[in-house]
Amino acid sequence: MTEKKLLMGNEAIALGAIEAGVQVVTGYPGTPSTEALETVARYADRCGIYTEWSSNEKVALETAAGAAYSGAKSLVTMKQVGLNVASDPLMSLTYIGVKGSLVLLVADDPGPHSSQTEQDTRVFGHFANIPVLDPATPQEAYELTKLAFDLSHEFEVPVILRTTTRVSHSCGDVEVAAPEPAAVEASCEGFTKDRRWTIFPRLTAERHPWLENLQAQLSERFSGLPYNSISGSGKIGIISSGVSALYVKEAIKGFEELFTLFRIGTVHPFPEKAALSFLKGIEKLIVVEELDPYLEEQVLQLIGKAHLPVDVYGKKNGFFPVSGEYNVDIVIDCINRVLSDLGINSCISHASPAVLREELPPLPVRAPTLCAGCMHRTVFYAFKQAAKQLKKDTQVETIFSGDIGCYTLGNAYPLNMVDTCLCMGAGVSIAGGLFRTNPEVKQVAFIGDSTFFHSGIPAVINAVYNGADITLAVLDNRTTAMTGQQPHPGIGVTALGNHSKAIDIASVIRSCGLDFVKTVETGRLASCVEVAKEAMEFKGPSAVVFKGKCVGIAKSGTRFAIDSESCTGCGFCIKQLGCPAIFLPAGEDRPLIQDNCSGCGLCAQVCPSGAIRESGVKK
Amino acid sequence: MKGELRKSEGMKYDILIAGVGGQGVVLASRMLALAAMKAGFRVSTAETIGMSQREGSVSSHIRIGEEISGSLIPAGKADLLIGLEPSETVRNLPFLKKGGKIIVNSHSIPPASKPPESPEYDPAALLSFLKTHVPGLLCLDFTQLAEDAGTYRAANVAMLGAAAATGMLPFSKEIILAVLETEIPEKHRTVNRTAFEEAIEKIKLISGHLNGEQKVNSNV
Repeated sequence: MTEKKLLMGNEAIALGAIEAGVQVVTGYPGTPSTEALETVARYADRCGIYTEWSSNEKVALETAAGAAYSGAKSLVTMKQVGLNVASDPLMSLTYIGVKGSLVLLVADDPGPHSSQTEQDTRVFGHFANIPVLDPATPQEAYELTKLAFDLSHEFEVPVILRTTTRVSHSCGDVEVAAPEPAAVEASCEGFTKDRRWTIFPRLTAERHPWLENLQAQLSERFSGLPYNSISGSGKIGIISSGVSALYVKEAIKGFEELFTLFRIGTVHPFPEKAALSFLKGIEKLIVVEELDPYLEEQVLQLIGKAHLPVDVYGKKNGFFPVSGEYNVDIVIDCINRVLSDLGINSCISHASPAVLREELPPLPVRAPTLCAGCMHRTVFYAFKQAAKQLKKDTQVETIFSGDIGCYTLGNAYPLNMVDTCLCMGAGVSIAGGLFRTNPEVKQVAFIGDSTFFHSGIPAVINAVYNGADITLAVLDNRTTAMTGQQPHPGIGVTALGNHSKAIDIASVIRSCGLDFVKTVETGRLASCVEVAKEAMEFKGPSAVVFKGKCVGIAKSGTRFAIDSESCTGCGFCIKQLGCPAIFLPAGEDRPLIQDNCSGCGLCAQVCPSGAIRESGVKK
Repeated sequence: MKGELRKSEGMKYDILIAGVGGQGVVLASRMLALAAMKAGFRVSTAETIGMSQREGSVSSHIRIGEEISGSLIPAGKADLLIGLEPSETVRNLPFLKKGGKIIVNSHSIPPASKPPESPEYDPAALLSFLKTHVPGLLCLDFTQLAEDAGTYRAANVAMLGAAAATGMLPFSKEIILAVLETEIPEKHRTVNRTAFEEAIEKIKLISGHLNGEQKVNSNV
């Protein structure tokens, strides 16, 4: 009995995986992929699915691979940049193959909304010789997840289910097979010793032709699947995949007779046969896709191979944007450009808005910022003060390297405390490199607790091994905050809520060989400044673990209030901290504290006239 | 407008909810989507989740209708804009179609810190801009109303009450109330129900035409 449910794309993927009989699910949190594993975890007990947040994506994939070697159905979840971390095992795993099945959910982020890159996982699949499925809606995500497990099992290869933000973080009505997921068949064959599981140059040489031949087989299979569909009978062809195909459908509404649309759900290997049959009679072809010109390159290649007389309009000849997220309006503009180039008189019109963007009055900039009461603000401010003192005492400047997490927001005005940020775990090693080239400058590297476990530890070891004189500041807020409060190895709780051994960050750092390792609570600014300065003055690598609790998981304290009698209106609190709870009402000269104050008291500690006090009002 | 919303005629109704991270835009969007499904429609939403949620501008697109579209509403297509905050409402105005409806919460949230390049925030001026450009807009301090009902956090649910009461939604307020019962955790349910109903009462007082011309077909 099927049922309609409102599901986020990531939830639909989780339910699809459970229905496919997934037994082992691993992953590392990353927007926009996180909810898939969280959803599986909710059903894990009832359905008998092993689920873990792994320490990073490489570990997650390797764990899932081990399970799949034993015949289990496994799923690994990550965001697109997580695939970079997991790429080492993945590139070899394609040669080895799998026995049960192994599906990777990799979520891309055109825009980007919450990512460092706009990389395109379809192209990664091409590079790694891995099949890639590209759903457009939560419903398709649900169905293609099941297909991914089938394909992985049948062809003994890992399969990538690639989504974008507008699929993973879109909610829609999804027709699921059962109202509630049922228990999963728990048994798997178990591991059988065989030389096929040990990669070795000779094995790789044997497997490589198999892997290449597989591409042709998969392309053939994909050409017959209903997820690649042709609609319309117009003279101008359009090829599209993922959510872009929906933008196309909406954009050409009313002009359907001009176009024939080829929607591709199984993007890699490119379904050549289906594409050839679509291209029959098409002389003008538009390719609509976000991110890389993947489909465009595939189709250009095919046209060349088959000597077809087709003109292609896409990114490569400047008709479509090469970057950023698409939408219906962008697609309309680009298609109009093509129509005009073709000398066709039709022009698709946009809807008319109540007010045009150009007519809007100036609006306040509202950039994302650290939450009111966030412990990171205290640590950043403490280092700012410590660095000021260091400069005053010794004329030494400081460079602050940041990392990936909420604390990247330390880059914003007025803190301005992130001078470099690259990728997970990079801050510590970059500080090492900056030390080599700027030895007269103090190097500080901020890293979050989850990021420390993810990829910070090898960098700390390197700093000690090669003698980089850096100060490591671990921002331990007891959670993976940016992605929505997932546990990590330092917490003592697993993805399933089970108790595990909590790994102490300070002990790990000490065991890496640092001679200066201190731990300080973030409640008192003065202690934070003092310890920060002491660590910065220490000769050789030093570390401070700042301990607080993310306001997303902490119990709120008592709100603070500004006493208007003693407040001089100097604005120091606003200009120094940038806390979203403090603001200056329009036309006033005394700031106010809003109800989102969580009671950290940092502002009270910096107010030069002692005008900020506890209000007694519980949040 | 009535005809446009009738199921048999290819009903399509696009709602945009705009606000600041932490105001409950995602919850309001989920409630509308569930209500739409209960009313027998298909639905597709796009939400802001991730970095921008940290006190940044956030919006949810809710597309209700007979067939499924991409989840982002094109410019000038939204039938209704629910603005939880004045400046965020203005920011999203280009999504509203000519003749579209707006409900706006007059309670402003000043940005955390004013970077040197950011224009001054004058909520009164923005509200009057809205009033000039969108005749018939419904403006009220929903945060105050929610605070009076028990918590300022229920402003989102209060605004859904107001939207339902003025017939701006393609389903009845009973359907949203039913969703509220299942979606809001028990310990917050009473205060949210109170905010929802207070908003309906308040709207009745200030808007004479309840059940009048604005009412859209909710017999689904």
